Amino acid sequence: MTLENDQRLNFAMLDDGTLRISLLGKWDLKEKLPPPKWLQGLVNELEAISKIKFDSEEIDTWDTSLLVFIGRVDKFCSENNITLDMSGLPKGVKRLRELAEAIPPFEDTATHYSQGPLLSEIGKTTLELYHGIPRNLEFIGEVVLSFGRLFRNKAQFRSVDLMLIIQQVGPNALPIVSLVSFLVGLILAYMGAAQLERVGVQIYIADLVGIGMIREVGALMTGIIMAGRTGASFAAELGTMQVNEEIDAFKTLGISTIDFLVLPRVLALMLMIPLLTLYSGLVGTLAGLIIGVTVFDISLFEYYQQTIQALNLKSFGVGIFKGAVYGVVVAISGCLRGMQCGRSALAVGEATTSAVVTSIIYIVITASAMTVALYKLGI
Amino acid sequence: MSAAILKPGNNSDAHITVENVTLAYDEFIIQQDLNFTINNNDIFIIMGGSGCGKSTLLKSLIGIMAPSKGNIYYRDQNYWQSSEQQQQAIKHQFGVMFQSGALWSSLTLAENISLPLEEFTELSRVTIKEVVTLKLAMVGLAGYEEFYPSELSGGMRKRGSLARAIALDPDILFFDEPSAGLDPPSAKRLDELILELRDSLGTTIVVVTHELESIYRIGNNSVFLDGDTHTMIAQGDPKELRDHAENEDVREFLNQK
Repeated sequence: MTLENDQRLNFAMLDDGTLRISLLGKWDLKEKLPPPKWLQGLVNELEAISKIKFDSEEIDTWDTSLLVFIGRVDKFCSENNITLDMSGLPKGVKRLRELAEAIPPFEDTATHYSQGPLLSEIGKTTLELYHGIPRNLEFIGEVVLSFGRLFRNKAQFRSVDLMLIIQQVGPNALPIVSLVSFLVGLILAYMGAAQLERVGVQIYIADLVGIGMIREVGALMTGIIMAGRTGASFAAELGTMQVNEEIDAFKTLGISTIDFLVLPRVLALMLMIPLLTLYSGLVGTLAGLIIGVTVFDISLFEYYQQTIQALNLKSFGVGIFKGAVYGVVVAISGCLRGMQCGRSALAVGEATTSAVVTSIIYIVITASAMTVALYKLGI
Repeated sequence: MSAAILKPGNNSDAHITVENVTLAYDEFIIQQDLNFTINNNDIFIIMGGSGCGKSTLLKSLIGIMAPSKGNIYYRDQNYWQSSEQQQQAIKHQFGVMFQSGALWSSLTLAENISLPLEEFTELSRVTIKEVVTLKLAMVGLAGYEEFYPSELSGGMRKRGSLARAIALDPDILFFDEPSAGLDPPSAKRLDELILELRDSLGTTIVVVTHELESIYRIGNNSVFLDGDTHTMIAQGDPKELRDHAENEDVREFLNQK
């Protein structure tokens, strides 16, 4: 764009080396401004400028775009030793500029986080992870101490809260647990049938589904469902409380947030997940039975007998134990990430994600460890 | 434009007209029979005790909560009867500064302010950057461009929110409790900025507040909402209402020392 064809500007060179810029028409932020480079072009064309002044007689309306434009002229003038006379500008422009210049810019960027080179970022992240370990252990330790207080009946929390949380994590989770367990049982039955059919022992579907669901898969599925459903909700709830300074309010009252917020949540999950696990195993087994009877022509009685024979108390015990362990893992991960949450919406999202990821990682680790240990112990 | 959404009467000075508005959450009535006009270039104060429905009224004025009865006109357009497109167009004339800032926490201060500029203007990146710097300087936050809201104090977040509200040079600026949480010099500066925006850019300004000092410093028109009778009990220039309001509660409210 050259100077001449911008409708909003008009130039006149006065005799004493003054350039008069007349401002015309409408200055609207929604339209393009004269590009910053044109001023440079101005100097090449007219070297004799010693002063710039404005004339705003014919301006209709103006907004921030004019302020930005004036800012550019101002910068240009101070770079090129040209005197700038602002007296011809609309009064509001001068006042707004004064307002903007009243407080000097903040320059100390030391307090501000900025992204460094890759290597230092990797270092920082590693150090953060490293320093996170004692913090996480401390949190787990505090939860354990809190359980100590619970057994000595000194833990401060409201039993109403515990009941509400139990309601949320237990009964309210039944629909999703039912659905997932039923479908997993169904998949197990079909998968097993395909293999067992070859050797003509389809009746062992009952063993496969029964033991599989009750001993292993029921607990695992429940654990993962609860990580996504409840662990996430714990982290989001506690994280939002952190953002709203509700956690601080507990602290100033001298109420232990671990006792009041974390303990009931861990307790509720520890109580409910074993029950959900049991339920999940039974629903899965039922799905196997339905498929076995309707699709693979096993008689109801046979399937029932086979299942009873295959299962023993140990299978139930192992499943429930695993479920309880996953419950603790999910509850602690959710609460830990919630309590460590920063103070913004962004941080709540990060805490929630991190809670689910942490839960699932630890569920998988503990599941593997327990499976190996139980195998070695012959249980 | 259909006849139904045109405003009856023709007060050419009126910028916002509130007509027989009732605000309610389901059956629970917050305010009813609200009738008032906000003129061009007014600094209009919505005042009243805590919990009387000031913020709810503001919500319906900025188009996020429909009144259960009545009409709200912007110039001659009936907002809640307009099509979604028309509503969008009307909303682009608004700038809102929320009570606790409401800056987007995943964006830096500069990004918070440049987002509306990027979405709704044709400006180049360079220009947007200059506008952002200017707006931040106007609210006294020059140099904080790269900060995230969580790194700022409450008062600074509030001022950042104002910078975002004025990013597009709105025709109407709404403030929800602007000076709450600001130190007196900052509050005074904010008032000066509000006056300046009105005087130089011709912005109509609507302020929800109960800070008397600020009310007298900037307000030239107002409405007083009462929480007990659930309606407005006074309107006009707060400086006149202070001595001449018919309702005693209003005079008492305005004469607190």
